[in-house]
Amino acid sequence: MTSPEHETPSETVTAVDLRADYAASGVGEVLDELDRALIGLAPVKKRVREMAALLLVERARKSMGLSQQPPTLHMSFTGNPGTGKTTVALKMASLLHRLGYVRKGHLVSVTRDDLVGQYVGHTAPKTKEVLKRAMGGVLFIDEAYYLYRPENERDYGQEAIEILLQVMENQREDLVVVLAGYGPRMDTFFSSNPGFRSRIAHHIDFPDYSDDELFSIAELMLADQNYALSAAGAEALREYISHRRGQAHFANARSIRNALDRARLRQAIRLFDGADAPLDATALSTLDAGDFRASRVFDGGIGQKP
Amino acid sequence: MMSNQGARITQGQFSYLPDLTDAQIKAQIAYALDKGWAVSVEYTDDPHPRNTYWELYGNPMFDLKDPAGILTEINQCRKTFPNHYIRVMAFDATKGWESPRMSYIVNRPKNEPGFVVERIERDGRNQGYTIRSYATLKPEGERYK
Repeated sequence: MTSPEHETPSETVTAVDLRADYAASGVGEVLDELDRALIGLAPVKKRVREMAALLLVERARKSMGLSQQPPTLHMSFTGNPGTGKTTVALKMASLLHRLGYVRKGHLVSVTRDDLVGQYVGHTAPKTKEVLKRAMGGVLFIDEAYYLYRPENERDYGQEAIEILLQVMENQREDLVVVLAGYGPRMDTFFSSNPGFRSRIAHHIDFPDYSDDELFSIAELMLADQNYALSAAGAEALREYISHRRGQAHFANARSIRNALDRARLRQAIRLFDGADAPLDATALSTLDAGDFRASRVFDGGIGQKP
Repeated sequence: MMSNQGARITQGQFSYLPDLTDAQIKAQIAYALDKGWAVSVEYTDDPHPRNTYWELYGNPMFDLKDPAGILTEINQCRKTFPNHYIRVMAFDATKGWESPRMSYIVNRPKNEPGFVVERIERDGRNQGYTIRSYATLKPEGERYK
């Protein structure tokens, strides 16, 4: 890195209080929120905390004139569906904003469709439009490996990749790019696009949730919507989770959210069909065992159906 | 006697000042975005002060949140029309305003030949005056080379 300059400007500080810096930046709140809002994901939280510390120190070094280069902040999030990549990206955007590494802290979430055009000359303007929109914030490219299609050498995705790489390199202070996708396919993507790998400083891997974590997530989701589980309902949900994991199209927290939505549907029809007396608030907001046990998951699952 | 030596046209904000630097333009855009105005880039090669209909470059940028994106667009426009007048406008859509709140030139031709005063005789030898840019003697697109 750079050594202290002799002609340091007069406004450089000579000592920093990291604790005070930490409190003033509001980073603590974001990290706490991350802890509270996201169940599990211990390695991810650890990485985010490390990055926050690094950025805080980097900022302090900059205020002392010890570093001139803005750090590379582009990230890649790999993990299975429904492991919280988008949610963490949102938090990351507000973290970077509070530390002053991006100016606005908004998240622009795009997929291949938003970047790649359909005919010659369509891709560049489209990609640039998205990049302009994301400036001052974070550009989140979901399922980034779709950008690169090796089987079609005339695919326009390559053009989008080139523009992206150029902006990632030259306008590092203007925006941060986060690539997200499922692990193995991202690895192939990176190995066929070495330019990306070298421009991305932080690779964060999102592990799958355990059954207990999924259950806590379900409880959190239900509490948000003012629903509760009966004792038998909780038991049924636990069983549901362990059955569901082995079946096709399992998408961690997203599967759970869908399961809860369907349980609410069944609860509604149960109340509607069986209502002969007025219902109280508890009845309206309790999910029972039957609401889960009616699911296909319990008799063999959804794997056979397309 | 020449009163305006460089024949620089003076339209919109900051036009009596030296040309704005990119950092200054960015700061002005940031001000407009903070106020919630829509910023757009326009160009023309007809410098007459009554010419209010400049061409819009690209799309109006309603959805951009950061000056860097708009500066990219300005630089793109400068590359396409290096010898045109380019201005940045900030439009306020609030009811009651519904009009541009800022407008300033960010690019001008290297050579600005200035204006000629023309006199016309009207009824009863009354004299009328008008101005005309030397540049507009040539057709559109060939005026500043």
